[in-house]
Amino acid sequence: MANVVTLPLRSQSSPSSTGADIVFGAPHQPSRIGNETELRVALGGLSGVDTVGANARVASLGTRSLKQGTKRALLDLAITMIDLTTLEGNDTPGKVRSLCAKALRPDPSDPTVPSVAAVCVYPDLVSLARTALGNSSVAVASVATAFPSGRASMSVKLADVREAVAAGANEIDMVIDRGAFLSGRWGLVFDEIVAVKEACGSAHLKVILETGELVTLDNVRRASWLAMLAGADFIKTSTGKVPVAATPPVVLVMLEAVRDFAEDTGVLIGVKAAGGIRTAKDALKYLVIVNETAGSAWLTPDLYRFGASSLLNDLLMQRAKQMSGAYVRPDRFSGD
Amino acid sequence: MSELQHQSWSRLNDLEYAPAPESASLARLRDSYGLFIDGKFSDPGSHSQFVTLNPATEKPLATVAAGSSADVSRAVISARRAYDQVWSHMPGKERAKYLFRIARLIQERARELAVVETLDNGKPIRESRDVDIPLAAAHFFYYAGWADKLDHAGYGPNPQPLGVAGQIIPWNFPLLMAAWKLAPALAAGNTCVLKPAETTPLSALILAEILQQADLPPGVVNIVTGDGATGAALVSHPGIDKVAFTGSTEVGRRIQRELAPAGTHLTLELGGKGANIVFEDAPIDQAIEGIIDGIFFNQGHVCCAGSRLLVQESVASEVQRRLIRRVEQLRVGDPMDKNTDVGAINSAEQLARINELVDAGVAEGATRYSNSCDVPDAGYWFTPTVFTEVSQTHRIAREEIFGPVLSVLTFRTPEEAVAKANNTQYGLACGVWSEKGSRTLWVAERLRAGVIWSNTYNKFDPTSPFGGVRESGFGREGGRHGLEAYLNV
Repeated sequence: MANVVTLPLRSQSSPSSTGADIVFGAPHQPSRIGNETELRVALGGLSGVDTVGANARVASLGTRSLKQGTKRALLDLAITMIDLTTLEGNDTPGKVRSLCAKALRPDPSDPTVPSVAAVCVYPDLVSLARTALGNSSVAVASVATAFPSGRASMSVKLADVREAVAAGANEIDMVIDRGAFLSGRWGLVFDEIVAVKEACGSAHLKVILETGELVTLDNVRRASWLAMLAGADFIKTSTGKVPVAATPPVVLVMLEAVRDFAEDTGVLIGVKAAGGIRTAKDALKYLVIVNETAGSAWLTPDLYRFGASSLLNDLLMQRAKQMSGAYVRPDRFSGD
Repeated sequence: MSELQHQSWSRLNDLEYAPAPESASLARLRDSYGLFIDGKFSDPGSHSQFVTLNPATEKPLATVAAGSSADVSRAVISARRAYDQVWSHMPGKERAKYLFRIARLIQERARELAVVETLDNGKPIRESRDVDIPLAAAHFFYYAGWADKLDHAGYGPNPQPLGVAGQIIPWNFPLLMAAWKLAPALAAGNTCVLKPAETTPLSALILAEILQQADLPPGVVNIVTGDGATGAALVSHPGIDKVAFTGSTEVGRRIQRELAPAGTHLTLELGGKGANIVFEDAPIDQAIEGIIDGIFFNQGHVCCAGSRLLVQESVASEVQRRLIRRVEQLRVGDPMDKNTDVGAINSAEQLARINELVDAGVAEGATRYSNSCDVPDAGYWFTPTVFTEVSQTHRIAREEIFGPVLSVLTFRTPEEAVAKANNTQYGLACGVWSEKGSRTLWVAERLRAGVIWSNTYNKFDPTSPFGGVRESGFGREGGRHGLEAYLNV
């Protein structure tokens, strides 16, 4: 990452300090789960999630009071974690170019503002985005696999992925077949993720669980493990196309899953909270949840992302407030 | 021990949150306080005074009057006069107005009360702000609603109050315990003499100011500060019709012995050694939070604390590993910092008691783990501690520590869990963690405890009765049941 934000950490510990076998955000091979029964045993053995308790935990973390240097550092970190997104039917080349310019230099009047992590677009706009971003550190992410519903044949989904990768996408955001998941055909979902992972080649794979359609936190935990076992590099909450997107309890459960997976396997999987996060205040609350659930290793764009568009301007506004002590007009920042 | 070590490559809570201290000046404390008798504060100079300290700094906060037996007498006489002349004749809906007013005033002065509570007690401002003060207001609101509906409380038509209640409260939840005692007593038509704990008298004195603001008739509530001698004078005063005591089992036993011949009404809320029972099918991540809340909430100064963790052997090592990781994450320090999870121990005396029992635990062969954070030099501190490999005969598994110390024991079958949980002289509270409803109910109906939580711990609500069995006391506070303690039924 070109954008390095210095965080006020209580102790500096490197991932390898224990000498343990840690794979840091690198792609991993899917585990050798042979059939539906083995998958059922693996996912069925996960402990349940008590919704009341999970809600209480995020409410309690929401009362953390962030001041001064910590707030400054986290605002910058949040900017570097953004996948600046436009996924609309009316997207135009001009809109995407303008988004890429914003991704590179979110605030042209202040060179200390870091770039965002990635620009996220539909596959047909990938090559345009790649050109606009040039050799910068900003990645191009593309949704694929018949986003957002995932209702297409496997061959169409894989072709979608291959085209996006060929056009220069560094990251692929796939959707799982929620219908298959909810009807208990977990093996089908597993196989799809494995196939998409293979089609991705060297591109990173983010698996969208669409938690708003999975509804229960038990399902969120199972789907998280399913995706990780099948080879996901990131697990992502939502498409942003259904009424319920990322919520703090859902992100809490996903962070618990990546933490436990890392302890079991030594592989660190990323989490992306997408949709519905519009204010800097909310973003900082999510980072507190990351810090106190998965830990400081996840406080990096390699392992935590926000899928958002309007969030960026609020972060810029709060950042300017931290620097100057006064709020500036919203018009000080470009619309997109 | 190696399995208890947490992974260090991703340190939880590693991010340094800059201090976010609440302002101590919000407390607006006076230098010295008299007694609140007959609606007025007496001249502090007319009493011998003692100092109340901030346990986080050992610095004095204010001096407070030590009530003598003559002071107690004046308070009881004032309460009797208020009972005879005003309060017992007042229609319930009129009494309710005063209670609603007190509740609203507590809400209006919530921030000030939270700061006073934290300064005097040492508990984190997060807890006094989010738990103690809102719950205290909620108790007054709740019992205000009962004041004109006593006919429908299930104790027959027109139930009568008892008279003058002597109420002695502990130092762990000073204002909240005052609310638990005063609200039902006043709603039922009794008048009160309240004796706050020696180390935490200040929030009750702010409450006295609130009672003045609410225009409560003089003598309906009298607040007499002091030490154990003041409490003893109150208990033995012949003008008292009812004693309500919350505190240690040892003192409770003495009070019951003393009052037995007189036939004075009595309710006792005493110690506990609560068991938090975690089955293998529990929601483990939430159970960890519940275990933490159960024992480290309010530095473990909670009579119903889940001070024993009973965990099924099949998940014991996993639960212990996650628990240690979570304990290491707790932020211990300045109680006035909004990010502090665990504050200061209330007094040097309590700290000595905790140290004694923890030393005993080590000597008896249990494995000790303590949070590795630094604590301030001044003040009374004890870092959150977990003992594993504890057996039923160890002192740390039997005696109430009343501090941030958890004893972990294991079990194999539900029968064994119930037997171990019940193998104590106490019977205040237990927690059961399982996603299987039939198992939770099977266990709950066999546990001998007044309160049983399912998949949660240390949750309180004014509508829910609270109290113990066996050596944890008798009588209920809260809910419709809480009225019975203050009605002649």
